[in-house]
Amino acid sequence: MDAFFLYSSIYLSAVMVLSLYRAIFGPTVLDRLIGVNAIGSKTTALLVLIGLVYHRVDMFVDIALAYAMLNFIAVLGASRYFQKIKGLYDEPGRR
Amino acid sequence: MDIVIGFLLVCGLLFFTGGSIGILRFPDFYSRLHPAGKLDTMGLLLSLLAMAVYVMMDFSIASFLTGLKILLIVVIVFVTSPTATHAIVDAGVRAGLKPWTKEGGGGV
Amino acid sequence: MRIRENNVEQSDAFDETGNRQFQRIKQTAPAFILTFVIAIATWIVLSGKFDMFHMTLGVMSCLIVSFFSHNLLFYNTDIRRLPSAWLRFLYFFPWLIYQVFVANIHVMYLVFHPHMMDLIDPRIIQFKSRLKHPMSHFIFANSITLTPGTVTVHVSLLGNYSVHAIDTLSGEALPGDMEEKISRILDE
Repeated sequence: MDAFFLYSSIYLSAVMVLSLYRAIFGPTVLDRLIGVNAIGSKTTALLVLIGLVYHRVDMFVDIALAYAMLNFIAVLGASRYFQKIKGLYDEPGRR
Repeated sequence: MDIVIGFLLVCGLLFFTGGSIGILRFPDFYSRLHPAGKLDTMGLLLSLLAMAVYVMMDFSIASFLTGLKILLIVVIVFVTSPTATHAIVDAGVRAGLKPWTKEGGGGV
Repeated sequence: MRIRENNVEQSDAFDETGNRQFQRIKQTAPAFILTFVIAIATWIVLSGKFDMFHMTLGVMSCLIVSFFSHNLLFYNTDIRRLPSAWLRFLYFFPWLIYQVFVANIHVMYLVFHPHMMDLIDPRIIQFKSRLKHPMSHFIFANSITLTPGTVTVHVSLLGNYSVHAIDTLSGEALPGDMEEKISRILDE
């Protein structure tokens, strides 16, 4: 079972790289925010998986819980901040 | 029991993959939110359910509390994920992003 | 501001302050106790230690938290109707999970389809809901967002919803069945 958890966490990291493309090259700021949010919610599962691999679930579960809340607050704060800036989404290359 | 855990975890990973590919493939910001917010939530529910079952399998008070904590993560994500999605949509609407439609208006 | 001062003076004049305070305590006590029970349950799950020191710490901090925010979770609700409402919510929840699962399969089909651009047809649809209670508005908007294929864009206080739907199939199911079931939860 340990090997299964190890391979699934490696696969999960590979999936996170796919979301990282949107977080880096996304056309607008909010697209990058979506990418960051997706990576954060995958990290929550990845942290519990790492705990299972190292046999220290009781410690890593607390970190995952804190990370889930922190991800939510970060997305709320970033979206509240970026909605105040009006001309931000007119990308310089497009017009 | 191992088969149930494996099946749940593989289903969760499949939903995660769908979410990531959906973010890459969909045409505009509003439609990208559909896979990003929800397929990830479903994948998180399935995979964390598998891990909670695995932790609770050898029963003691400590492992039971750990499993409850994992289920608490699921509850928190189920409450906060729609709110985060709604915050991003609201930011997009207030900034005046046009949604992509099939007739060829707007979009990025 | 002046009206509030007037009110205070009047209540002083009628010498009813003590009675009114007693009424307020009687109204807010059930919400206070419920918030305290939820907070202490969360504390026990998160801490996992049952010795004297940690339990005293938990009881103290939960008292402080429920003193400051007891009207946050159970705002303006009749406490006696809560247990039946929770039972109905527990009856509603597996149906919601089933709906979320079916819609997730649909979005997965869209994501992996090779000719996805021909299938999807994003549009913003608007409808008026007949729900009244703020809590059922909250549950309804979050359920719409949780169901893939539809994202709530805006909800007004009067119940006008605008929803972004990704194709016509997931858009035409609204409001329909889900609103019916949610209106049954809080017994409107």
